[in-house]
Amino acid sequence: MALYSDKVMDHFQNPRNVGKLDDADGIGEVGNAKCGDIMRMYIKVKDGVITDCKFNTFGCGSAIATSSMATELIKGKPIEEALQLSNKAVVEALDGLPAHKIHCSVLAEEAVRAAVKDYYDKNGIAYNPDDFQIHDCEHCHD
Amino acid sequence: MFVYADNAATTSVSKTALDAMLPYLTENYGNPSSLYSFAQKATEAVAQARATVAACLNAEPREIYFTSGGSEADNQAIISAAKAGARKGKKHLISTKFEHHAVLHTLKKLEKEGYEVTLLDVHEDGVVRLEDVAAAIREDTALVTIMFANNEIGTVQPIKEIGALCREKGIPFHTDAVQAAGHMPIDVKEMNIDMLSISGHKFHAPKGVGVLYAKKNMPLFNLIEGGAQERGRRGGTENVAGIVALAAALKESIDNMEANTAKIIPMRDKLFAELSKIPHSKINGSLEHHVPGTVNMCFEGIEGESLLLMLDMNGICASSGSACTSGSLDPSHVLLSLGLPHEVAHGSLRLSIGEYNTMEEIDHIIEVVPKVVQYLRNMSPVWDELEKGQRPHLI
Repeated sequence: MALYSDKVMDHFQNPRNVGKLDDADGIGEVGNAKCGDIMRMYIKVKDGVITDCKFNTFGCGSAIATSSMATELIKGKPIEEALQLSNKAVVEALDGLPAHKIHCSVLAEEAVRAAVKDYYDKNGIAYNPDDFQIHDCEHCHD
Repeated sequence: MFVYADNAATTSVSKTALDAMLPYLTENYGNPSSLYSFAQKATEAVAQARATVAACLNAEPREIYFTSGGSEADNQAIISAAKAGARKGKKHLISTKFEHHAVLHTLKKLEKEGYEVTLLDVHEDGVVRLEDVAAAIREDTALVTIMFANNEIGTVQPIKEIGALCREKGIPFHTDAVQAAGHMPIDVKEMNIDMLSISGHKFHAPKGVGVLYAKKNMPLFNLIEGGAQERGRRGGTENVAGIVALAAALKESIDNMEANTAKIIPMRDKLFAELSKIPHSKINGSLEHHVPGTVNMCFEGIEGESLLLMLDMNGICASSGSACTSGSLDPSHVLLSLGLPHEVAHGSLRLSIGEYNTMEEIDHIIEVVPKVVQYLRNMSPVWDELEKGQRPHLI
């Protein structure tokens, strides 16, 4: 399908890091079933570094591909670096997404943040809540 | 294995249709409006096609207008009835919630121009109730337009009864028969139909040609101004080859309808039977009132676009009513009109079978779909929650 780049199709067909982490240090879930996509991100953290990361996604091809790419981009990285992950970086790493699929990359970015926030919360680590705002999807509230 | 299971989207051109049309692209390329005898072959071919289509529908040739397709026919029928109604002070239009966008968007446009539109419920089974139509009719109703068969779920509407009711009330009745023509018997007289839309490429004619049937004395307004083609109701040189192919394909479909239906129904029923074994799946729309080839199902916990991509990887062409495939944030208006929750409607799959499909292809679909559904469910957090009882199963 010409809709997606080869990179997107590769990550859709062979998603990296699919699954759950039973002993996860942080779990983040974003999205809404009503809107048609939910991402759940699991992270394992040691000495401030994300040592393992897995995801579960309900959604379209690009939702699965952006989840997969996001896990690849943060695995093995210090938390501070993972928090710098932007949706734009995910899109670039996938060689682009169709315009109406950009929101999938936003979800991927937010899933990472949500997982880190959960880790901070569980471990009593202080943070600035402004850095962890999840974008509001008006569509989900009607 | 390659399996084309999207015949409700479009079909291949049949050999009969192709053979019929080719001479009008090469040898007999004259303009039907030209005087010389060379062009008269094209003129005659269009006249013959008009007579053939008329016979297929039990209409008169002068009641057949060739268009660019179903959408144009829908637009012209609805706009014409609306304009004619307005002249008599009637500006109320009745339709259903699950019409094709060619109808719904035309009605939307008319609403902005001051018309009032009533969209009837189609209930859980995707069938309009006659009493709902009767209750919606008003003194100022200018048109009732209700599709013959739904494009996504394949449910067939009580057209003859609705037609009789409209006739009794003196209200023009239009039906978008794009999904029915060539697949089910249509008799415009017996079914009390005043206007009807058809699209050639749904029954093995090429894309870009359709038909508007308008009963004589139905006022028609032009969408396209131009020459005197189509009795002055549609300007533009006729798509001669397309028209010839449409007539040939329609006749072929009707001549073979019994045999085609006998071939398609066992394939469709096998799909329903086998795919229904997938836990938490649901068949959409009444099976009692149904076109032969359409199968529409929902699978809980997954999303339709990823399902289609996975099927594509396995050689299967299908469609879905998920938001991601509809190009909007909402899943298909058809599935929502049945009362399906958004999260369920996102996981829909439409397979539409034609007479060119084989039982081997059906078996391939039956082998692949459950695996793909399971694969996607295994990575779905929604399915995870459903399985753990953290989220209630909706189907």
